[in-house]
Amino acid sequence: MKLLRHNNDLVCQQIVEIITDYLEGSLPRSQRRRFEAHLEGCEHCSEYLEQMRLTINLTGRLRTDDLTPVMREEFAALYRRMSSQGA
Amino acid sequence: MGLIPATAAARRARRSGAAAEDDRELLARLRAGDEQAFVLLVARHNSAMLRLARTFVPSVTVAEEVVQDTWIGVVRGIDRFAGRSSFKTWLLTILVNRARSTGVREQRSVAIGDGAAAVERSRFNSAGAWMSPPQHWIEESDERLFAEELTGAIKSALDELPSRQREVVTLRDVEGLTSHEVCEVLDISEGNQRVLLHRGRSHLRAALEQAVRV
Repeated sequence: MKLLRHNNDLVCQQIVEIITDYLEGSLPRSQRRRFEAHLEGCEHCSEYLEQMRLTINLTGRLRTDDLTPVMREEFAALYRRMSSQGA
Repeated sequence: MGLIPATAAARRARRSGAAAEDDRELLARLRAGDEQAFVLLVARHNSAMLRLARTFVPSVTVAEEVVQDTWIGVVRGIDRFAGRSSFKTWLLTILVNRARSTGVREQRSVAIGDGAAAVERSRFNSAGAWMSPPQHWIEESDERLFAEELTGAIKSALDELPSRQREVVTLRDVEGLTSHEVCEVLDISEGNQRVLLHRGRSHLRAALEQAVRV
């Protein structure tokens, strides 16, 4: 029984592979509990989780560029061409 | 998504809710033939479209053609937009279909399960525990300049990702689409979406780790 229990524990190498499933909320409840139990006792995997969260946040800061005035005019002209063709 | 720090998630939710509302108003004006509404819609979505198109085609010029072609399709097909999904999802779905139909795809495209580990195996011992654990770099990121530097590293790393991973990470983490919307736009399953997202995010984290070390 003890051996079985031991085999059910997640190891760090497994944690880093299911971390997205955890963040996406798609882990089954039992596995989610094992994931969180591992994290409670593992500062390295906790750090890894924080790094993944920071990575996601920093990726979200990549903002998109504004249209230049020239591009605005080009798209306005495109619209006028489409309108005149009866789009 | 719920586990991303609340402030960022809340900000993103507010932003996307307000954006969807603005899109609806602009669409109504576009249906009435308002040129200015068209330009505003383009201004709002064009760079997201270009960014996504670039993951499918090999050059900026071809990506720009795909984007322009998509806008023509939008204006011509505006009456087909039934509002079941958000305008942005509809728009990006058209874009992806057009990009795919160019028949050109980057060589960097790899299979979904490319077999790559999120972290190099050599960093774990035979029992699967960390031997070379991640170093702490959270606090430094609070400093604005440092964060800007990391954003640069993320941008380069994103450009280097295999295209399928880049598509998913771009849509999810840059554009803020839900996993459901990403599946709809790219026509992939939830499972594949998660695998690609996992590989992509893991690569980006590793790139940040490198940047922090330098």
